[in-house]
Amino acid sequence: MKIQERLERKENEAREAFERTLLFIEGVTVSFDGFRALNNLSLSVAPGEMRAIIGPNGAGKSTMMDVVTGKTRPDTGSVIFDQRHDLARLDETEIALLGIGRKFQKPTVFDSHTVFDNIELALKADRRARATLFWKETAREDARVEQILKIVRLSAMRDRLAGNLSHGQKQWLEIGMLLAQDPKLLLVDEPVAGMTDVETQQTAELLKEINSEHTVIVVEHDMAFVRELGVKVTCLHEGSVLADGSIDEVSTNERVVEVYLGR
Amino acid sequence: MRSGSHRLIRSLDRGSAVFLAAMVAIMVGVPLLNLLVPPTSPFHISTYLVALFGKYACYALLALSIDLIWGYCGILSLGHGAFFALGGYAMGMYLMRQIGTRGVYANPILPDFMVFLNWRELPIAWYGFQHFAYAALMVVLVPGVLAFVFGWFAFRSRVTGVYLSIITQALTYALMLGFFRNNFGFGGNNGLTDFKDILGFNVEAETTRAALFSISCLAVIFGFLACRAIVASKLGKVLIAIRDAEARTRFLGYRVESYKLFVFTLSACMAGIAGALYVPQVGIINPSEFAPGNSIEAVIWVAVGGRGTLAGAVIGAVLVNYAKTFFTSGFLAPYWLYMLGGLFILVTLLLPRGVVGSLHHWSALRRDRTSAAAEDGVTEPAPAE
Repeated sequence: MKIQERLERKENEAREAFERTLLFIEGVTVSFDGFRALNNLSLSVAPGEMRAIIGPNGAGKSTMMDVVTGKTRPDTGSVIFDQRHDLARLDETEIALLGIGRKFQKPTVFDSHTVFDNIELALKADRRARATLFWKETAREDARVEQILKIVRLSAMRDRLAGNLSHGQKQWLEIGMLLAQDPKLLLVDEPVAGMTDVETQQTAELLKEINSEHTVIVVEHDMAFVRELGVKVTCLHEGSVLADGSIDEVSTNERVVEVYLGR
Repeated sequence: MRSGSHRLIRSLDRGSAVFLAAMVAIMVGVPLLNLLVPPTSPFHISTYLVALFGKYACYALLALSIDLIWGYCGILSLGHGAFFALGGYAMGMYLMRQIGTRGVYANPILPDFMVFLNWRELPIAWYGFQHFAYAALMVVLVPGVLAFVFGWFAFRSRVTGVYLSIITQALTYALMLGFFRNNFGFGGNNGLTDFKDILGFNVEAETTRAALFSISCLAVIFGFLACRAIVASKLGKVLIAIRDAEARTRFLGYRVESYKLFVFTLSACMAGIAGALYVPQVGIINPSEFAPGNSIEAVIWVAVGGRGTLAGAVIGAVLVNYAKTFFTSGFLAPYWLYMLGGLFILVTLLLPRGVVGSLHHWSALRRDRTSAAAEDGVTEPAPAE
């Protein structure tokens, strides 16, 4: 009887934990030609949370993002979004429409469109071909684009071609495009790679601001930046979670120091 | 480049207006100079030239259709000649059935080549082609359906870049082999020819030729306006986004394959119309129109004129074809293919934007320089680097 009760309580706890998650990754394995990029990875992210993912090269950080956004199908395991949607069965477009936005490691914007048009294309709207053919810009959408440009500090650049922006500005533009999508979950891959210290600082501010309304997962190598964010950290190694906790806990974890931070 | 693209759009619009005005003038002026001005006058345009430029107008429409998918969506089709030829065959079948008893064998139903092959009945594929409206529908429908089915498989399987180009070549080559066969039912390697009249008008008559010329110009004008409307819409912006960063577009939630399929199918329909207007003007359609080389040549026209400029595609088609006519009729004839290849290499190296694209670029640069000079006194806020 006691065992029964305990089992039930455990089950309830597990269910409650699940119900508190926005993204629930369980036992995901991905192999490329025998190399296990993800090895039985389990990870969950609560709504409203900001999570930093760190780890050495090849730890599986980008593969994890690929799995969540539908670019790569997992061999085994499940990826549940919003407690309902099995992302392993959907493609990129469907996942994007569910409300998951992604910023690539290398800033990827539409070079021959203006900064304004880049944001406008990302803006939440009917994505079907017929709707776009007969689409007319409204004042409200225009205002929303301006508002986002302000948030990502690109108002002065609105009519420039995105291809002519600096590296850091492209990173911000891409973050702005994510915001325009208004996703429930933002996946941000190395947002401060190649940025100056000032830009890094500003980006940390920006992400915190975004986190006030959106759930965010940030993959980053820059430990100073992760510290600046001041959020829960998960360290990946060889395709599974090595450690998680606050930045201080993780950065003093012996295994993390050994494989990633170095002695 | 401050507000560079806005200026570009405005200059393009002015360019479009000039282009359209010129097209209308040619559409109206050339037939008038051909029909109303006596041959002795220096202003007379010969029927030979009318037919020649009528042919170029059809090529220009084909070039427009390629520019729409290649210049704006990054789909490099090296098989668009197939859609052009299919449109041509549909028109050719109508023209064949108009011959009736005036053929060599004077069979009221069967075209000559079928009588020659001892066929007793008209193949089902030829039913209905005695009606112009049905043939006109097929001109658009056959290339459109083929492009839709082909594109549905190709874009869904995410075949892109050179792989797509190669299978489009294979498509047109396979069709060529099919149409070469007598038992395929479309005249074998002789194709369809010896046309008599179209809608009751003699195809050889000067007035018919002039009318076909004007209609071809009109088709170019409508094709241009349709393409312009598409690329100026939000759909056009999505097409450019797909060209620039396909994966990014997908992750934004756009179903990339639907967009590609739409624009590819539309482009094939335009190519079909171009082919249909071409056939009565040249008087023949045969399987060599499917030759892979033809499709590649059409891509070169667009590259020379400037891809992604629409007007450039038209200008490129006329320029290259005029050069072809000029150089293949003299002692340089054996070297034409070398010249065409050389032209492609030179344009790629020296004018990668093509003729019209380079003009736009230079004028944009010059304006930027003058506006930068004007702003010199004013301190511009330094962009955050």
